[in-house]
Amino acid sequence: MIKIITVYGGMLLAAMGRTLLLALLGLFFACIIGMIFGIMGVVKNRVCNVISQIFVDVIRGVPMIVLAFFVYFGVPYLFNTIIGGFSINLTALQAGTVCLALNCGAYMAEIIRAGIQSVDKGQMEAARSLGLTYGMAMRKVVLPQAIRTMIPTFINQFIITLKDTSILSVIGFPELVNTAKNVQANTFMSFQTWTIVGIMYLIVITILSRSAKVLERRLSVGR
Amino acid sequence: MEDRKEIKISVKNLKKNFGSLEVLKDISTVVYKGEVLCIIGPSGSGKSTFLRCLNRLEEASGGTIIINGQNIVDKGTNINKVRENIGMVFQHFNLFNNLNIIDNLTLAPNMLKKCSKEEASERARKMLQKVGLEDKALSYPGQLSGGQKQRVAIARALCMEPDIMLFDEPTSALDPEMVGEVLQVMKDLAADGMTMVIVTHEMGFAREVADRVIFMDGGYIIEEGAPGELLANPKEARTIDFLNKVL
Repeated sequence: MIKIITVYGGMLLAAMGRTLLLALLGLFFACIIGMIFGIMGVVKNRVCNVISQIFVDVIRGVPMIVLAFFVYFGVPYLFNTIIGGFSINLTALQAGTVCLALNCGAYMAEIIRAGIQSVDKGQMEAARSLGLTYGMAMRKVVLPQAIRTMIPTFINQFIITLKDTSILSVIGFPELVNTAKNVQANTFMSFQTWTIVGIMYLIVITILSRSAKVLERRLSVGR
Repeated sequence: MEDRKEIKISVKNLKKNFGSLEVLKDISTVVYKGEVLCIIGPSGSGKSTFLRCLNRLEEASGGTIIINGQNIVDKGTNINKVRENIGMVFQHFNLFNNLNIIDNLTLAPNMLKKCSKEEASERARKMLQKVGLEDKALSYPGQLSGGQKQRVAIARALCMEPDIMLFDEPTSALDPEMVGEVLQVMKDLAADGMTMVIVTHEMGFAREVADRVIFMDGGYIIEEGAPGELLANPKEARTIDFLNKVL
């Protein structure tokens, strides 16, 4: 165990750094995607509702490992070979970010849609009755209340996404699990390696969820 | 009665259905400037739907509603502009839970640039004073009683300086001891000459404050008239039946 920490510790920490980078990039774009499709799910427009629902259903209906292979191998093959004339080559980081953003984005869209719909309809009606536009009412009245109810579910989703980065080891991105596999292959110390990796995830996620709890408490002041 | 002649709201052959359910079948009436009109009727009679059609919270299925010369049933009408002149008070108050009281009052005037921020908060404080709640400016809706919430809701609507006020059963969700304070604010408003349309179950209030009472049932106006007349000597069988149950 000591040997792994002294010899491979730096390597594993760097891999954890890449894991966090991938998770952050994925979450950033997931928030944007989630916001867009979440709002499309609640506006009074059948076409938007249906598009949002299809997106969510498709992404939720496909395992992330399949999505990862599809984005990393399938999409470049489609453009480079089947259609031809294009040259698309995604790095593992780019493909990984796309996967996480799509996957997490779909769940975020559902969280956002449900959050908005959980706000009493009277809030929107009161805002509209004063002459505010739909957008103003959404921004100033409905969304602030919806986001408050969404925060615990958001945090949950962030944690799931952070753990899901490990799936992207299959496309060769050198995040923590992928790196640990190499360590194991070099040392044959599988028990020690995976114990250390497990503890590393545990520490990061515990820190994350604790600080999220503090944030949650801060935001609920004045309720 | 000469100053009563100006028509604020004119409704002709208004119809509203939700799918195959016809809620409003054929409603026609006018509301004059400064008039207080109370709408009574059994639940399910369409009175709330009628009121909500007046600021297009419900879209009419047919007919015309002309407010200050504009047909709001017409899709081309900018309803947001029309709504700026029509205050609405809801049964469940619908104060913005994420904002404190003063921000509840100033949100719309500020967003719609009715006036400067200073003027808006100045007027908000004046309105809070008018409803007797100037000490609650920095409280949140969750910290207020039902009666206080409803008085804030009235003040919020007044901050837009509307010339028509709609009330959708404003006292129905209140504990009995809080009904009086809300009705008093409404009486003051009526005395100031506000044009008011009120859906209510408060027959005493209707008798005392209304200039005219409409009795609705089954999506039609069954009977209308001065409160003394309609409430004391109803002519239609359904009106008599209803009043016997509630009085």
